[in-house]
Amino acid sequence: MLEFMEGSHAVAEIVKRCRPQVIAAYPITPQTHIVEDLAQMVANCEIDAEYITVESEFSALSACLGASAAGSRVYSATTSQGLALMFEVCFNAAGMRQPIVMTIANRSLGAPLSIWNDQQDSISLRDSGWLQFYAEDNQEAADLHMIAYKVCEDHDILLPAFVCFDGFILTHTYEPVALPTQEEVDAYLPAFSPYQRLDAANPLSLGMYATPEYYMEFRYEVDRAMERAKQAFIKAGREFGEQFGRDYSALVEGYRLEDADTALVAMGSICGTAKDAIDEMREHGRKVGLLKIRTYRPFPAQEIADALKDVSTVAVLDKNISLGNGGAVGIEVKTALYGSGAAVYDYIIALGGRDVRKKDIAAIVDLAEKGKGDMFYGLRTEVL
Amino acid sequence: MAEVEGGGCELFSAGHRACGGCGPALAARLLLKATGKNVILAASTGCMEVFSTPYPETAWGVPWIHSLFENVAAVASGIEASLKRQGRSEKVVCVAGDGATFDIGVLCISGAFERGHDITYICYDNEAYMNTGIQRSGATPYGASTTTSPAGKCSPGNLHQKKDMPGILAAHGAPYVATASIAYPNDFMQKVERAINTPGPCYIQVHTPCCTGWGFESGETLNMAKLAIETGLWVNYELVNGQVEKAKKVRRKPVEEYLAKQKRFRHLFKPARQDDMIANIQAVADANAERFGIDIKRKESSE
Ligand SMILES: Cc1ncc(C[n+]2csc(CCOP(=O)(O)OP(=O)(O)O)c2C)c(N)n1
Ligand code: SF4
Ligand SMILES: [Mg+2]
Repeated sequence: MLEFMEGSHAVAEIVKRCRPQVIAAYPITPQTHIVEDLAQMVANCEIDAEYITVESEFSALSACLGASAAGSRVYSATTSQGLALMFEVCFNAAGMRQPIVMTIANRSLGAPLSIWNDQQDSISLRDSGWLQFYAEDNQEAADLHMIAYKVCEDHDILLPAFVCFDGFILTHTYEPVALPTQEEVDAYLPAFSPYQRLDAANPLSLGMYATPEYYMEFRYEVDRAMERAKQAFIKAGREFGEQFGRDYSALVEGYRLEDADTALVAMGSICGTAKDAIDEMREHGRKVGLLKIRTYRPFPAQEIADALKDVSTVAVLDKNISLGNGGAVGIEVKTALYGSGAAVYDYIIALGGRDVRKKDIAAIVDLAEKGKGDMFYGLRTEVL
Repeated sequence: MAEVEGGGCELFSAGHRACGGCGPALAARLLLKATGKNVILAASTGCMEVFSTPYPETAWGVPWIHSLFENVAAVASGIEASLKRQGRSEKVVCVAGDGATFDIGVLCISGAFERGHDITYICYDNEAYMNTGIQRSGATPYGASTTTSPAGKCSPGNLHQKKDMPGILAAHGAPYVATASIAYPNDFMQKVERAINTPGPCYIQVHTPCCTGWGFESGETLNMAKLAIETGLWVNYELVNGQVEKAKKVRRKPVEEYLAKQKRFRHLFKPARQDDMIANIQAVADANAERFGIDIKRKESSE
C-alpha cells in the first residue's frame, strides 16, 4: 500500500524496520528530520535501540564503530559539514571492516556556507572505503537501506555504506512510498550476525598498527571486498525485487537508451528530471537516453561501458566538482569509456542547490551534440 | 582484586615493544591485574597502542580495540551502549595517553561523561606526546623542556601549567575520579577496582614516568614516580562525587630533588641555575599541598 510521506520519514520508518540496536547521530540540516523521527520512535518504544545523543558527528561515527565492533547493528545519518567532520572515522571504519549503514542527506560544503543540495559531501569521501548508493526518489532511498545492510553485513563484504539521497529535493519532499511491514523486512534482512566482535570469552585485538610489511595487504583486501560488493549488490537487489516487486539488481539503469545517440549520465534525484526532459525531447524526434548510476562505489565501469557502447555522445551531469580537474563522475565515466569512440562531456550543475529544470537538461544535450562541454552549466555571469 | 587466572599468567604479556623501564607498560600490567578478564579495552593512538599491538602480535589477553588518537571515549560509549542492549557484563575501560586525554580528545570525553556512560577512563600520564617524539601536551608540567616547548636562549621550556583534568571531569558529575601512581601499585589497582564497580563514568589519571621522554635511567622509573609524590608535584587523591576524599600524605622534599634527576629540567640547573623557575615550580608543589592537605606535620606519624 502506498502512503504519502516525507522522504526523511520514509527513511526513518525503514531504518526502524531494519532493527538497528545502536543509533548515534548529530543533527544537521537537511538530515534532521530523520534523526528526530528515530529519537521519537525510541522514546515511544517503537524501536528497541540505544540512541546515543552524541556531542558531534565525529563522536557519532566513533560510537557507531565501537558499537558495531561490540556486535550490534548500528545506524547513523549526516551530511555536508557533519560528514566532513567524520572524515577520519570514515577511513577508519572501512579499514576496520565495520558494516555501518549511514544515510547521507546530500548537501554542499562551505565556504560559502550553504545548506542546499549538491553531492560534494559524499563524493569527497569516495576513496574512504565506503560503499556509496544514490537514490533517485524516496522509494528508492528507503529501499536502498535494506539492501545496504544486507550487502554490508555479508561476511564476504564487511564494509560500511552511505545511502545517499538529495537534501531537501528528496529529504523534505512528500511522495507516495510503499512501506513494507516489519515481518516483510525481517524476512528479507536476517538478524545481525557479526563476523567477529569484542568479547571477553574470545579476546581479540582490533585496530592494531601495521608496518609496511602488512599495510598494503589490508588495503588490497578492502579493494577486493569493494569489487565483490558488485555481485553482492546485484544479488541483494534481485532478492529485493523478488520479494517486493521493485528490482534493484542493476548497478546502472538505462532509460530509453536502446536506440539513443546521446546519453546523459547522472546520479540521484536529477535522474527524475532528466527522464521527463528525455520524454519531451523524444517527442521531438531526438534520440536521447539516460544512464543512471546507482552505485558510485564500487564504480560500475564495465557496466557503464556496456550500457553506452552504441552511443556517440555522452553528457555527464556532475553535482560536484573535483576542483582543478572537473566533475568527479565525469572523470570516471571518461575513464570507463576510454577507447569506445564516444565523445564524453562533463557538466558541473546544481552546486549549492542551483535549480536544474527540464529545459536545462535539453540545453545540455544541445551543447553536447554541438561538441561543447567540460564546463560549468548555468553560471550567472552577471555576478562574476 | 580479581585473581589472575591461569597460574599467575599475565593478561598483559611480556614481549611487547616498549622501552625498558617504561612506566605506561607497567601501568597496563597493573590495570589488567585489577580488572581481570571480564573487560573490554578501548585504546587511543600513542606509545601504549604502538608498543603493544604491532600486527600480527598483541600483548593483550583481553578484548582490545584501537580506532583513532582522539575518539576513545566515543568508541567506548558505543561499546557500552551495545553491551547494554545485549545484556552483557563486560566492563568497558578506556586506556589513553595524556595527549589523547587532555588535548585532542576532550570533546569526546566531555560528551561521554556528560551522557553518563558506564565506563572507566584511565589516562596514563607520561606528561607529553611520547609516541611522536616528546612534544608538549596539556599535561606537561611547567618548566619542562620538550621538543615543541624547548628550553632556549629566550625560553625556559613549557610555560603552561598542567591542566586540571580530574577537576574538569569531576565537574561533569563523574561519581569517582582519582589520581594514582605506578609507584603505589596496590593503591592504583584498588582505585581501578573501585572505578569499574562504580556505575557511571569514572576517571583515573595514573602517573607513568617515561625514561626516554623525561631523560632518566631506565632503572629509575619507580623512584621517579615516588619522588613526584614525595615532592608534592604529583598528589594521589580521590574525588568522590566531586569532594576530595583521600589524599596521600607525605613529608615533603624540595622539588629540586625531583627536577635535578631529569634531563627535561636540566636547563633549570645548567649552564646557570634558574632560581626563579625553580621557585615557581616549588610554588606549584606548595599549592598542591595546600589544596589537598598532604603535608605531614611534625610529630604526626605517617598514615
Ligand atoms: C588526529 C591525529 N593527530 C596527530 C596524530 C599523531 N599522534 C599520534 S600519537 C600522538 C601523541 C600521543 O600522545 P599521548 O596521548 O600522550 O600518548 P603517548 O604517546 O605519550 O603514550 C600524536 C600526536 C594522530 N595519530 N592523529
Ligand atoms: S617513549 Fe616512554 S612511554 Fe613510550 S615506550 Fe618508551 S618509555 Fe614508554
Ligand atoms: Mg603522553
